[in-house]
Amino acid sequence: MTLSFWLPLAILLSSLIPGVLIFLLAEERHRTRTALNLLGAVTKLILVGVLIWGVFHEQVFETRWALAPGLDFVLQADALSVLFVSLSTLLWLVTTVYAIGYLENSPHRSRFFGFFSLCVTATVGLALAGNLFTFVLFYELLTLATYPLIAHKGSAEALRGARIYLGYTLVGGLLLMIGAVWLHSLIGPVDFVQGGMLAGHGQLDPGVLRWIFLLLILGLGVKAALVPLHGWLPQAMVAPAPVSALLHAVAVVKAGAFGIVRVVYDVYGVEFAAGLGVLDLLAAVAAATIVYGSFKALSQDHLKKRLAYSTVSQVSYIVLGTAILGPLATIGGLVHLVHQGVMKITLFFAAGNYAESLGIHRISEMDGVGRRMPRTTLAFTIGALGMIGIPPVAGFISKWYLGLGALQAGVGAWVVPVLVASSLLNAAYFLPILYRAWFKRPAGSWPAERPHAAGGELPGALLWPPLATAALSLLAGLFAASPFSPLEWAQLIAAREYRP
Amino acid sequence: MSDLLIWPIVTPLAAALLALVWPSRATSIGIVAAGLTLLSTLRVAWQVSRDGVLELALGGWSPGLGIALRADGLSAILLAMSGLVSMAVAVYASVYFAGSAQRAGFWTLWLLLLTALHALFLSGDLFNVYVTLELMGLAAVGLAALGGGREALQAALRYLILGLLGSLAFLAGVAVVYAGFGSLDMATLAGVAAPVPAAWVALTLMTGGLIIKAALFPLHIWLPAAHANAPAPVSAMLSALVVKAALYLVVRLWLEIFDGVVTSAAAWVIGVPGGIAVVWGSWAALRAARLKLLAAFSTVAQLGYLFLFIALAAGLPAGEPRAAVMTALVLMAISHGFAKSAFFLGAGIVMQRAGHDRIAELGGTARALPLTTFTLALAGVALVGLPPSGGFLAKWQLLTTAIASGQWIWLPVVGLGTLLAAAYLFRLLGHAFAPGEGVGPRLAVGREEIPALALALTATLLLGLGAAGLWELIPVSAYAGRGL
Repeated sequence: MTLSFWLPLAILLSSLIPGVLIFLLAEERHRTRTALNLLGAVTKLILVGVLIWGVFHEQVFETRWALAPGLDFVLQADALSVLFVSLSTLLWLVTTVYAIGYLENSPHRSRFFGFFSLCVTATVGLALAGNLFTFVLFYELLTLATYPLIAHKGSAEALRGARIYLGYTLVGGLLLMIGAVWLHSLIGPVDFVQGGMLAGHGQLDPGVLRWIFLLLILGLGVKAALVPLHGWLPQAMVAPAPVSALLHAVAVVKAGAFGIVRVVYDVYGVEFAAGLGVLDLLAAVAAATIVYGSFKALSQDHLKKRLAYSTVSQVSYIVLGTAILGPLATIGGLVHLVHQGVMKITLFFAAGNYAESLGIHRISEMDGVGRRMPRTTLAFTIGALGMIGIPPVAGFISKWYLGLGALQAGVGAWVVPVLVASSLLNAAYFLPILYRAWFKRPAGSWPAERPHAAGGELPGALLWPPLATAALSLLAGLFAASPFSPLEWAQLIAAREYRP
Repeated sequence: MSDLLIWPIVTPLAAALLALVWPSRATSIGIVAAGLTLLSTLRVAWQVSRDGVLELALGGWSPGLGIALRADGLSAILLAMSGLVSMAVAVYASVYFAGSAQRAGFWTLWLLLLTALHALFLSGDLFNVYVTLELMGLAAVGLAALGGGREALQAALRYLILGLLGSLAFLAGVAVVYAGFGSLDMATLAGVAAPVPAAWVALTLMTGGLIIKAALFPLHIWLPAAHANAPAPVSAMLSALVVKAALYLVVRLWLEIFDGVVTSAAAWVIGVPGGIAVVWGSWAALRAARLKLLAAFSTVAQLGYLFLFIALAAGLPAGEPRAAVMTALVLMAISHGFAKSAFFLGAGIVMQRAGHDRIAELGGTARALPLTTFTLALAGVALVGLPPSGGFLAKWQLLTTAIASGQWIWLPVVGLGTLLAAAYLFRLLGHAFAPGEGVGPRLAVGREEIPALALALTATLLLGLGAAGLWELIPVSAYAGRGL
């Protein structure tokens, strides 16, 4: 029992234990709860730092115990899990700070932060899952932990959104489980192995493997919001802002996208999957989702709904990058896993701030908000520019590599137009918001202005998180070529996946 | 060393007599007896896991003449579950029946039920099995009628009549076995049972009797009313343990003693009703207006899963895959035992606080009873088969076997059952989290809330993450005919 056994488990427990303690805490003990939250988040960050260092030096971390013969609970850390685990850990810390500020004086905070911690635990478990069985386990847990967060407000609308979410994700989870069990019954335990493990089982019926792939992708596509499985995501925007931020950037949609990456690279193997011909279909669905999401976003006046459709579109960049054969596209997809998270969380923090301080929910109410809330709007602007793909914000890097990858794979003829069209649409739905915010005159009074401390536009706990994540999206773009940047790390993963 | 087999039977029996003559101290007697019985069951389980099959011939007569008690992996696990569940139920019942006129009657009957259950799990001889089955049925009917009231009495009467019919069929089957094979010792029979007409007739009769008692669709009609109208601690015992006893016997007969007699065509005879029960029971639970009725219909569905397991296992040749399915079956059975007893105890707490258990009027429960709401949710997770729970692992194994043996028909059945179960769970939680005042104000956590939570945690975390040992214990069998 060494560090290599305990570290992945400790990373999981660093949010699970605070979560359980918070559940048991009396509602009024705000300071203790805040301390527990931050202690857990910081501990996790430090542990992940150790993990990154170890994985970079090709050290093996594995927590494994048997639940039943042939069914092992496995947590392990490879380069890909580190990418996702560091994203979720970093953004959890930021979101915790934001949520503490956002939920000041609101009821049921013990319940909220308890489930919040469970949600992150499940996400980190997904990131560290070392085989398909463990992945399915955490995938279902994530559904259970997120449902109360979406339903948190308890209004009829919130309950309805949560019910729709539950319906979609439970069916998705079931399909994923059937696919996983089917594969398991064919080849035994399905470990995640770089380069995939199916190529080593030459005698399998390709038709069956295609069906299994379909089941797995259907199950994962629900959370990744692939069209036409995306219906729950716009409904789930009734959740409180920190939950939306987490849902769209780290937890749920990313879990789906990450799962697709895992299945393609580490279960099927990207070359084997391409040989089966299943990647073309996946790429087509991803491209359709990218364009469809952008189109739908264009017509939404509700800010969070526009952002939600934008997520539908943006997450499929990751899927598209995964579905195109070749290291450059892989890099583009993987790096977008991080970039989209950092940028989209910024946008949702900002949207939450607008709603919190001025009661702004609709884009048509945003005239002149830039002058009233300059710092929040600055963060929003950086996030939006990044989404469009304007250098030097991080989103540009993703799109650049995706484009190069498509050309390298010889599918540039249709992928590049999709990327261009989507970028134009992104510009079409983000730039008018920026124009309104910075250049239009305020309408007179805000929908529901709340008095805040004189001088500042909002308490620091609400202001610093968006500024920090906006800065991160700038830095990830500006210093993309420096060691331990998301891009460098994605290149490391791609190099290992395509290692001969 | 095998003397320790008598303690799980003798302890509750002695306590039952003591409670009868000293009713004013019945509660203390019951609690102490439950504790001692728990220790004795755990002792048996531990010994079996260390030494293998234990055997005890009472009075020194060799098996076939005297009363033989045997404990192997299967009976040890069920015995330990019974010890744990009844300990939790005893703690809960001490609060539930405090100051009630039914107190003394409850404890006497309850201890008798425990005696019969444990004797049934440990019997090595079919006639003794019949006796314990009958005793168990009578004690269970007495407990079910305890609530008084017209509905409870009607349900108990129906339970009694169908139960007697079941035992009668079982007894007829036992008689045919004796005529055909000249022995009732189960270990002897496992060696000589051959696919001859006597075996088919006997198996049909015994199985027919047992599926009435185990409430397999469409013979489940007595169960919902009987389980839902009994007092909560009784419902917990009936759903968690009593139906499992009949199921245990079906497993013994089909998968071990008459292993060579059961054909894969026969497996469909219980597999198909099992599949229908999964869907129908879950659907009825979704439509149920009352919390305890929901729990009772959920039991019908869960028993359906268990019969599906038996059918799938019976279709497999003896060997490792079959032992794996059988273990998953046992895991599902005990997972349901812990989860459903937790659920019924939780429902009882809600019912005592609110004065009713109409689901649509349970708004405010989550605020007034946070710990119990959590217990219901946790138990529900195990019942639906979501991770981490024993139910999840078992369902994974069920699907694996269905796919590996090409029985695709069970995939949509299990899928639909799971989704319906999730629907009834979240429907309940939706009402529990809604605003409302019907359940009263929030009070400090009561002593009666703890045992239910402990049971729910056992069904989810303990069985979901730490049940690997079962796979070594189940193949330790005293009766495996062709050898597992």
